[in-house]
Amino acid sequence: MRDVAVVGFAQAPAVRETHGTTNGVEMLVPVFHEVLGNLGLAKSDIEFWCSGSSDYIAGRAFSFIAAVDAIGAFPPINESHVEADAAWACYEAWVKIQTGEVDLALVYGFGKSSAGKLRRVMTMQLDPYTVGPLWPDSVSVAGLQARAGLDQGKWTEQQMADVAVRSRADAKSNPRAQLKGDYSAEDLLAEPYLADPLRKHDCAPITDGAAAVVLAASDRARELSERPAWITGIAHRVDSANLGGRDLTTSPSTVGAARDAGFDKVDVAELHAPFTHQELLLRQELGLNGTRINPSGGVLCGNPMFSAGLIRIGEAARQISSGQADRALAHATSGPALQHNLVCLMEGRD
Amino acid sequence: MAGQLAAVIGTGQTDHTAKRLDVSMAGLCREAIDRALADANVDWPDIDAVVLGKAPDMFEGVMMPELFLADALGAVGKPLLRVHTAGSVGGSTGNVAASLVQSGVHRRVLAVAFEKQSESNAMWALSIPTPFTMPVHAGAGGYFAPHVRSYIRRSNAPEHIGAMVAAKDRRNGALNPHAHLKQPDITVESVRASKMLWDPIRYDETCPSSDGACAIVIADEKSAGANPAWITATALRTEPTTFAGRDQVNPRAGRDAAAALWRQAGIDDPLNQVDAAEIYVPFSWFEPMWLENLGFTAIGEGWKLTEAGETEIGGLLPVNPSGGVLSSNPIGASGLIRFAEAAMQVMGRAGAHQVSDARVALGHAYGGGSQYFAMWIVSANKPS
Repeated sequence: MRDVAVVGFAQAPAVRETHGTTNGVEMLVPVFHEVLGNLGLAKSDIEFWCSGSSDYIAGRAFSFIAAVDAIGAFPPINESHVEADAAWACYEAWVKIQTGEVDLALVYGFGKSSAGKLRRVMTMQLDPYTVGPLWPDSVSVAGLQARAGLDQGKWTEQQMADVAVRSRADAKSNPRAQLKGDYSAEDLLAEPYLADPLRKHDCAPITDGAAAVVLAASDRARELSERPAWITGIAHRVDSANLGGRDLTTSPSTVGAARDAGFDKVDVAELHAPFTHQELLLRQELGLNGTRINPSGGVLCGNPMFSAGLIRIGEAARQISSGQADRALAHATSGPALQHNLVCLMEGRD
Repeated sequence: MAGQLAAVIGTGQTDHTAKRLDVSMAGLCREAIDRALADANVDWPDIDAVVLGKAPDMFEGVMMPELFLADALGAVGKPLLRVHTAGSVGGSTGNVAASLVQSGVHRRVLAVAFEKQSESNAMWALSIPTPFTMPVHAGAGGYFAPHVRSYIRRSNAPEHIGAMVAAKDRRNGALNPHAHLKQPDITVESVRASKMLWDPIRYDETCPSSDGACAIVIADEKSAGANPAWITATALRTEPTTFAGRDQVNPRAGRDAAAALWRQAGIDDPLNQVDAAEIYVPFSWFEPMWLENLGFTAIGEGWKLTEAGETEIGGLLPVNPSGGVLSSNPIGASGLIRFAEAAMQVMGRAGAHQVSDARVALGHAYGGGSQYFAMWIVSANKPS
């Protein structure tokens, strides 16, 4: 395997609503400018581009085609796209570098959730023959999962509120965060349910956003970064789509992906957990005891669909590049109730 | 050739048709997968990862359908990657699956692509008004007809060339058990007598709307067995839909992809070194247009190869011996079908539409407004 590192990261501000189009161009142009500018690179230096986005978020077919406008006209680019969070585009780009065909790749993701009713849009991910017609929305499906864990004693509503309090406090130092501030669990628990047992603070906000990550191979990475975040392992797996056919309080795909990636122990983890109980679930499944979790505030403080997973990789890499951590784990999720999970492990080398 | 050796060891397709009302999306995919696993002589435990490609989710009305299909795709507990690059997606799916083996990450990868157009209405899904873009509201044919007209004007091609392509592809389709349209008795005259849809494209010069799926198994050198289709080159290129100076008849992204492809495969005379080509031709005139864009002929000369009958089975360069997209078009699968048919040719498994002594074959797909290109070269000769 070739040595590959994350050498650059930029994200658009996580906000409730942007005024740009759903094709992401207005959010992506400044992000490309920032990530390439910081590295002293031009667009023509990028040997492979890979993006992640969703036509259903954009409310139109082929939305990712218009996003290419953010890159420019000529020359044509070596490019691919996943209909998934851009963390999976990052995986595809890492694979491309492993083939030896390219040394430098830019990965981006975007989504304008404000364009539609996100809870209902996500229902379209469910089995269209047997589950979708019942219209369980994404918060309700997560609620079933939260309830199952509460009933089994795997977590409590107090612990869930504590996750929200810690996340919002950490987000105070994140200039891109959408939600931040000091809250008390007692006050949060006095709020009404949004979808029993989930309260508003248990659910990630609705966010418009975009992000980009630059990957580079061996010597190229050392040229571009003083402390590259070397990817020691990246893997993903999917679980059954049948919500009644799996134990919703576990995540075999996360555990399997972590094992495939060679997970041992890390200083910091950025977990893609759009609901408070999902962070508790992932911590239990990965055995993250004493590990610093989501110093960025995580997706509970800004959840740009289809780039939020990639942002976890960028934030974890930033912890390494800044010298605040030597080993980091980034996690991304996709699908209802943590169906599809990716784990990316990175380390700094001195 | 990038990275470690990779080869196609088996392919499978559904019998493509307008409406497969007897199966769900899962059943459709599984039919192609079961045939591919049998053809490759492998079983589920042998598969390390699954890559799924399809065109816009709105064609079936399911967001990221690979998620609900995970069980049917045999992907549970494994990596499942979803590719989407417009109409070229089937080709990109093949290339991404190949890269998973070429990178050394996996030993055997299953690539699947499908479209079940009968679940929804593709015309509607493609007709949503988008900002800053002039709405065509005429489907793909209305979008591409001016490009065809422009090609005819530039190349001075006679008007019957399109009909020749259509008649040839439909006759070829009659030799292919999986083809949606089988018209052994079609003639150039009958095509030219069919209804004009989008001048100069007539009804018989357009692809059908199909339900269908395709699957292939790609393996590393150790698992490849005897007589696989070695993947000797892959290429992907993209350019934006609209900008000043863009040549939509002969797009630079296609030319760049082809140049990279020939270079990687060590081919300097494509017309004489390629034995069969499966080229994405949804409207008949795209055969001569892509022959030029790919570099098989000089600019303005593509139609002469068609007119001379050299793209027929038995000609200098048989194009779409399977019947091509003009005989079957399950959109998201169409690119992977091209790639699979190219592999079948060099493995000698193409049955009645086999090109004799085919050793090197091209699989080609394009998408969007002639702006996404995916290609591969497969060969019976193991790269040294």
